[in-house]
Amino acid sequence: MKSQRLKFYQTGTFTVGNRLLSDEMRSVQATVDRNNSLNSGHRACQGCGEALGARYAVDAVMRATNGQAIAVNATGCLEVFSTPFPESSWRLAWLHSLFGNAPAVAAGVSAAMRVRGKKVTVIGQGGDGGTVDIGFGCLSGMFERNDDVLYICYDNEAYMNTGVQRSGSTPPTAITATTQGVGEHPGQEFGGGKNAPRIAMAHGIPYVATASVADLRDLEEKVTTAVGIRGARYIHIHVPCPLGWGSDPALTIQIARAAVQSGLFPLYEARHGRLVKATKIRRKVPVTDYLQPQKRFAHLFGKTPNVAAIDRIQAIADANIEDYGLLDSHEDPPISLQI
Amino acid sequence: MSTFMPGRKQVEGSHAVAEAIALSRPQVISCYPITPQTHIVEGLSAMVKSGALSPCEFMNVESEFAALSALIGASAAGARTYTATSSQGLLFMAEAVYNASGLGLPIVMTIGNRAIGAPINIWNDHSDSMALRDSGWIQLHAESNQEALDLHIQAFKLAEQLSCPVMVCMDGFILTHAYEEVDMPSQEQVDAFLPPFVPQQVLDPSDPITIGAMVGPDAYMEVRYLLHHKHLQAVEVIENLRKEFKRHFGRDSGGLVSSYRADDAETLVLAMGSINGTIREAVDEMRDEGHRIGSVKLCSYRPFPLEALREALKGAKRVIILEKNLATGLGGILASNTRMALRGLNTPVNTIIAGLGGRPIPKKSVVRAFRQIETGEVEEPHFLDMNWPAIHEAINNRGLVKRRESEAQRVLRSVSGVEVAKPVR
Repeated sequence: MKSQRLKFYQTGTFTVGNRLLSDEMRSVQATVDRNNSLNSGHRACQGCGEALGARYAVDAVMRATNGQAIAVNATGCLEVFSTPFPESSWRLAWLHSLFGNAPAVAAGVSAAMRVRGKKVTVIGQGGDGGTVDIGFGCLSGMFERNDDVLYICYDNEAYMNTGVQRSGSTPPTAITATTQGVGEHPGQEFGGGKNAPRIAMAHGIPYVATASVADLRDLEEKVTTAVGIRGARYIHIHVPCPLGWGSDPALTIQIARAAVQSGLFPLYEARHGRLVKATKIRRKVPVTDYLQPQKRFAHLFGKTPNVAAIDRIQAIADANIEDYGLLDSHEDPPISLQI
Repeated sequence: MSTFMPGRKQVEGSHAVAEAIALSRPQVISCYPITPQTHIVEGLSAMVKSGALSPCEFMNVESEFAALSALIGASAAGARTYTATSSQGLLFMAEAVYNASGLGLPIVMTIGNRAIGAPINIWNDHSDSMALRDSGWIQLHAESNQEALDLHIQAFKLAEQLSCPVMVCMDGFILTHAYEEVDMPSQEQVDAFLPPFVPQQVLDPSDPITIGAMVGPDAYMEVRYLLHHKHLQAVEVIENLRKEFKRHFGRDSGGLVSSYRADDAETLVLAMGSINGTIREAVDEMRDEGHRIGSVKLCSYRPFPLEALREALKGAKRVIILEKNLATGLGGILASNTRMALRGLNTPVNTIIAGLGGRPIPKKSVVRAFRQIETGEVEEPHFLDMNWPAIHEAINNRGLVKRRESEAQRVLRSVSGVEVAKPVR
């Protein structure tokens, strides 16, 4: 990432206002000429992490490509809330086909652009259901062929569009409409779910990254990096869903940040299957900071807290911190994170 | 561009189609193997890899669902697109089949017609394309390899003129794997007939549009009607293309329906695809015996040419539909549709269900069935060459057989007379 030395006087915060930076250092979102690719007026819920993530990501794509981009969208919240006919919030060429085929459709768009001699960046995008579940075959095929597509997954950890059902990305103990808060093990079982970015890495594709709506600059930087690379690229963005998670819409960024700062959602980059960079945790927080503001985890914190389950989740976060070297005591990410 | 030798030559049906696709200057081809269409995409793969089709992209994808999905993207991005599939493959891409027509994308796809499992079966019938008959795609059935070749060249023009996808159906193995003489047109001839693709809608960063938006109850019916309207238009366009094709290439191919010895016929037989050759021979044989019989070939199944078919059949006292599909619990699908074309005429319609799962349809059996229908001796629908003793045995044994085996296995044992080996303990 680009850096600039500056002096500032805020204390007790890690945020720095753009006004302290030179123009070229400012984030895309801070510029008046940003594309507003996902324009205002759409029907996303208040505090929607996916809408925020999509605007950040696609605006960064539009800046990096000078507007020469086409988006292919899977079925899901992002598609539904952005395009009630005859309206559309998309300020770029945009195609929606089906729930499970966005990576293949994007690969087809890319092939057509190549054969027609047009230099255009093609992005595919979808939620976790469309990406890690129903679209996974098409995603793996697109990776394996190294098709020239940047695929972005907005992960809110369940099927939100259909009413919050469990997906292959739902974390342990989370209550959804199909993993209810009843029985011996309320919520999603431990041991389920899949790690999509690691599986993407296992394909050996040129670029894989994870990002969070809590870290705008990091997200924009990764998208910009990805746009500069040819072949199959994958960015997995963690996006809180106030509706599905039972969280205050005003806390979307705070909750996303707690996921990163606890180690539950590690931010990293990988090239050709090898981890090349992990973003350090600046101020470590316990996983309870992430879990407690969300009603889907409320059953862990009743009159008799489920200490065993909380400890298991903390162990997952600690393992991530260890594996990716997320704390300063680990100077470099371990070199042998091979898969 | 093309390095093919025009003129008459003896080639496999699949290779004839591959050359016809090549001559049509495709830009993106996707491929997923399934018997019996695979030789077509193999042929095209070789041409793309050698550079003979440049500029053209060939995509080896991971499923039929991806094969059609990739073409949806490529077509929406302005490329002329092609793929081929059969049977399970067509069903596996079913969701995308409806999507392509709903989006109005002029994709051309060959169906190497094959039965659907279970029981798994790789041989020819029309169950696959019939299953997707109301998907909004145009469906044309080829009788011969020459017609298959010609229909593909017509299909691109038809699809692009209407912005509607087209399936060209050809009987698996019977056509796809048969070596027949065909007249291969030259690149100049095809170029003169088929202009470059000009998309009616296209993904373009300099003029961005949204394609595939959600449409609610306020407009969905109208959008579906517009697809219906394309099919109504297609009836006319298909006949015009038949005439135009004849002007360019000098032969009659395609169209809606074609009649044979039908003028004074009391009995008319209607069928689709390669079986029409056998039917015409049966007609000749029965004509020699004094029967007033003729036949009608249906090339365009979707759009279903109600008027043209009624016109072709209305003079007959009796219509026989010979078809390679079965709507379970109902009978023949083509017969049902034909009854709609004949409504109000009181013409008796008999159905012959034949050739399911590749069961041979010999002329002898066809002639026998026609004679029986003329004398009113058959059930409706009539199942050609059905092994009824095996059926009765299987039905009688239902619920009685303690051994754990499937009904298909029991029937196979019954028809083969071979006792299945007992498991060794």
